[in-house]
Amino acid sequence: MDVYLDNAATTKLDERVLEKMKPYFTEKYGNASSIHHMGQESSVLLTKCKEEIAKRINGDPDNIIFTAGGTESNNMILKGVARANQGKGKHILVSSIEHASVLKPAEQLKKEGFDVELIPVNSGGFVELDQIKKMIRPETILISVMTVNNEIGTIQPVEQIARFARKNGIYFHTDAVQAIPYKDIDIKDWNVDFLSLSAHKFYGPKGVGLAYIDRKINIEPQVIGGGQEYGLRGGTYNLPSIVGMTEALKLIYQEKDEYINRVFELSQYLWKRIKEEIDEVAINGDPGNRTPNNLNVMFRRIEGEAILMDLSTKGICVSTGSACSAINLKASGVLQAIGLEDYHLNSNIRFSLGKFTTKEEIDYTVSCLVDTVKRLRSFTPIK
Amino acid sequence: MALNYSEKVMDHFLHPRNIGKMEKYDGFAEVGNPVCGDQLSFYIKVKGDKIEDVRFLSFGCASNIATASIMTEKVKGMSIEDAKKFDWNKIVEDLGGLPTQKVHCSILAVDGLKKAIEDYESRG
Ligand SMILES: Cc1ncc(COP(=O)(O)O)c(C=O)c1O
Ligand code: FES
Repeated sequence: MDVYLDNAATTKLDERVLEKMKPYFTEKYGNASSIHHMGQESSVLLTKCKEEIAKRINGDPDNIIFTAGGTESNNMILKGVARANQGKGKHILVSSIEHASVLKPAEQLKKEGFDVELIPVNSGGFVELDQIKKMIRPETILISVMTVNNEIGTIQPVEQIARFARKNGIYFHTDAVQAIPYKDIDIKDWNVDFLSLSAHKFYGPKGVGLAYIDRKINIEPQVIGGGQEYGLRGGTYNLPSIVGMTEALKLIYQEKDEYINRVFELSQYLWKRIKEEIDEVAINGDPGNRTPNNLNVMFRRIEGEAILMDLSTKGICVSTGSACSAINLKASGVLQAIGLEDYHLNSNIRFSLGKFTTKEEIDYTVSCLVDTVKRLRSFTPIK
Repeated sequence: MALNYSEKVMDHFLHPRNIGKMEKYDGFAEVGNPVCGDQLSFYIKVKGDKIEDVRFLSFGCASNIATASIMTEKVKGMSIEDAKKFDWNKIVEDLGGLPTQKVHCSILAVDGLKKAIEDYESRG
């Protein structure tokens, strides 16, 4: 049986999204920047997509910049905002549990002379506003805190932080890549200035995302060329993917209630069975205030990658720590940030459920997991 | 996880040879790699100048288990002097190669064996 429990890494494209995308590869393939009728049809469609998305996230369509995904959006916003606003100050706050596509640009800015500080999190895996209040300075220009963490699924108090940042004249960015559809993104109500999304996390195509950018704020473009996206991001508009993302976002929000209930019940069921049938397990991160698709579990005394490979031979796909950096041997920075002991850092598996997950798949997973854990524990040197 | 393990690695991972505790042994060592956090323990039993038996325990990745497993097959029956010179490249070769970032697993295994021999020798 093949079981895919790695939906936080990426999701399967929804067939209905694929159908919507198809005509834009072979029939309506005009370049949205061309003046002839094919180009103009594409251009009209592009505007419609922005309007549709803006409605969903309660933002302004003119502030939506399409990108090649979450990584590009985060790079664009972090570096673009910092470099364009350094006249006001060079201090930047970034949470310590951000995705690498925020942390790495932040490191790069540090090398350029910016003063970048990491905001610690509490043991539940949350950034606290009080902590931020202590860390800001007159020269702080930008705060970046993700909406939902990709490893442990904890939901961050972004509305609170954004309101505070706005009051203090500091720009605020949130990486909302893992938040859909668990949070109703509301740009205006939340007071966020910048936000990142990526379509492949919600059953849309890979390689497309958006950067929401309050265009009243200066930003230095990172990818320049033909002047697309008001000169903020060059490159021919990727219409099939943009159409796909728009449709995927529409569908996931339309079907949200049923989706969330299902995923919630299945993940609760998965955890209940793991707890009943396997000893020495624990949930990483706060068990309450997290997205229901995510279950990050510690299996004491055995190693995560061995669990992953063993399950993989049985057809089950899960991930250790953060899937995006599986090639990196270093232990998870997020689990370190929430205070796991060193000897527990390598014993964790992230199960991330999705809309195609079934109860049969969970049953099969638990029965395999019982054998896997038993086998690996039979020869662990750890007491 | 873009780790392409060879069939042989997967075989040794799924069916490790010489695994488990040894109750009466002549040498023992525990080693770990602080970067990846993986650990191995080795037990050896010596008769004359030969490694009569060897066993290991693992808290480690698939490659950690597989490299230790294949190494125990190789050194069982080997003279202490030859075992001390055992080269980790031999493991990598024998397993049909390892992903670059997993080569250190084989080095850890050999290090563990050598420390177990040192322990044996220090016991006199
Ligand atoms: C929180 C978060 N931000 C950003 C990204 C990167 O997005 P993309 O894969 O679209 O570049 C990911 C996952 O890959 C993520 O989980
Ligand atoms: S990853 Fe370090 S021993 Fe395998």
